[in-house]
Amino acid sequence: MDELLKLLKANALETTANLARMLNLSEPDVKARITEYERTGIIRGYQAIVNTDDLDLPIVEAVIEIKVTPERDGGFNRIAERISKFPEVDALHLMSGTYDLLAVVNGRNLKQVALFVSAKLATIEGVLSTSTHFMLKTYKEHGVLMQAEAQNERIQVSP
Amino acid sequence: MNASKSPRSFVAPYLRELPRSGIRDFFDLVSSRKGVISLSIGEPDFVTPWHIRETAIFALDHGATTYTANRGTIELRRAIATYIQRVFGVAYNPENEILVTVGVSEALDIAVRAVVEPGDEVLYHEPCYVSYAPEVLMAHGVPVAVPTRREDGFRLTREMLEDKVTPRTRALLLNFPTNPTGATMTREELAPIAEFVREHDLVAITDEVYSELTYEGAQTSLASFPGMQERTIFLHGFSKGWAMTGFRIGYACAPPELSEAMMKIHQYIMMCAPILSQKAALEALRSSADTNEMRASYLQRRNLMCGALNDMGLPCHLPNGAFYLFPYIGGHGLTSKEFAMRLLDEENVACVPGTAFGASGEGYLRCCYATDLKAIKEAMTRIARFVKKL
Repeated sequence: MDELLKLLKANALETTANLARMLNLSEPDVKARITEYERTGIIRGYQAIVNTDDLDLPIVEAVIEIKVTPERDGGFNRIAERISKFPEVDALHLMSGTYDLLAVVNGRNLKQVALFVSAKLATIEGVLSTSTHFMLKTYKEHGVLMQAEAQNERIQVSP
Repeated sequence: MNASKSPRSFVAPYLRELPRSGIRDFFDLVSSRKGVISLSIGEPDFVTPWHIRETAIFALDHGATTYTANRGTIELRRAIATYIQRVFGVAYNPENEILVTVGVSEALDIAVRAVVEPGDEVLYHEPCYVSYAPEVLMAHGVPVAVPTRREDGFRLTREMLEDKVTPRTRALLLNFPTNPTGATMTREELAPIAEFVREHDLVAITDEVYSELTYEGAQTSLASFPGMQERTIFLHGFSKGWAMTGFRIGYACAPPELSEAMMKIHQYIMMCAPILSQKAALEALRSSADTNEMRASYLQRRNLMCGALNDMGLPCHLPNGAFYLFPYIGGHGLTSKEFAMRLLDEENVACVPGTAFGASGEGYLRCCYATDLKAIKEAMTRIARFVKKL
């Protein structure tokens, strides 16, 4: 991946002046490249990575394995697009292996998620089966550790 | 009855006179303060890559708690031989030319002790790592500093060496990329140095520990020049390139006779390097991906910090290696030590005074950019504010 994208993935709030310096580019050049990434949709948005576990919110998350009958034209795309339009669905991936689609779904409680699965997902034509797993705790998200890691105990001065 | 002697008088005179490292005084001072941003740490800020740590854990789980062969495990020595051949183009026999040590520190110690007789002179370029002169002194040799200059990018030239060489000169100690200046030397620049060593019939001791942190151009060593391998002790280790300082693992490569001499000291003083660290080092050599990723990150931080220092009026050459910047602070009427002390006192930022690395470091400060990006930015803000007040 381009170094600029790597730096932005690590910290989207980094100033363009610092980015330019680190990459040995001019600042207008960095700005232009970011604009171009945004225009072409390589960069699709900027979000904060929030440790929701510690917020004690009424939110439950589940991953749902979905088996689907592929269609002659378009394979999994039509069903996948349909599923991904539900606001309850945070992420959706086509997978290799024993099932086809993996959805990350959130809701206010177990009951609400279960209802979504049984009423909305399972009833879509072409969906053969679903298997729901509720998330209990998040250790790492987007490459960021959610539990504080032990401090790197370097001595303050060393030769 | 004689009056009892003070314990100090029991200390061997040569050690009594050996000054303790200037960096230790500074360490004591910094440790006593809270909220310090430290740019004075001489080690990577990365934790050792997980697959390397995991290998050490696995080995411990499986009862790897024994001594190894004095020279280190043959698997590790073979892997080192392959690595040195591939990267530096120098072939060493893992059976009798490679010796695994407890860090490059031990390797340096036994290398110096293997070649220096009392009164022998050892040339080394300065500013340099704090151990070189004391190592030579502890071997009862005479350290001879060869000052290098900012306008030369702190590189060494044959002329500088010719000025200092005498009939008593025994060895030349090299460290490129250099701690604390980050200086590197290209193959073309090293060629006359190799010539100098050959013509004066010297031994070269090369400390290559920062070699993987060379930003532009290939890693190169004096050992790879014609006629040099037989008179070079090549020292390297895993601390910097693989972020493995705490594993304490290094190695010395040299012709069999020299290697055997070092082996004598090593087997009596150390026996062998720790087995867990050897297992971890073997895993480290399996991939260069970690090193490449860390180098890329250091490079970005170097650029950021070097630009900021120059902007605030502390002229700083852009070093091509290691993870240190060595800005010139001499234009503000303060010595290196005064500058560092006041910076610590007034802005809570710790940088090592250049004089900790030899007299020729006067007028400079060592700032390590192997530091969290956020801390670097805050430190630059504070140093700029400090400089403005001067």
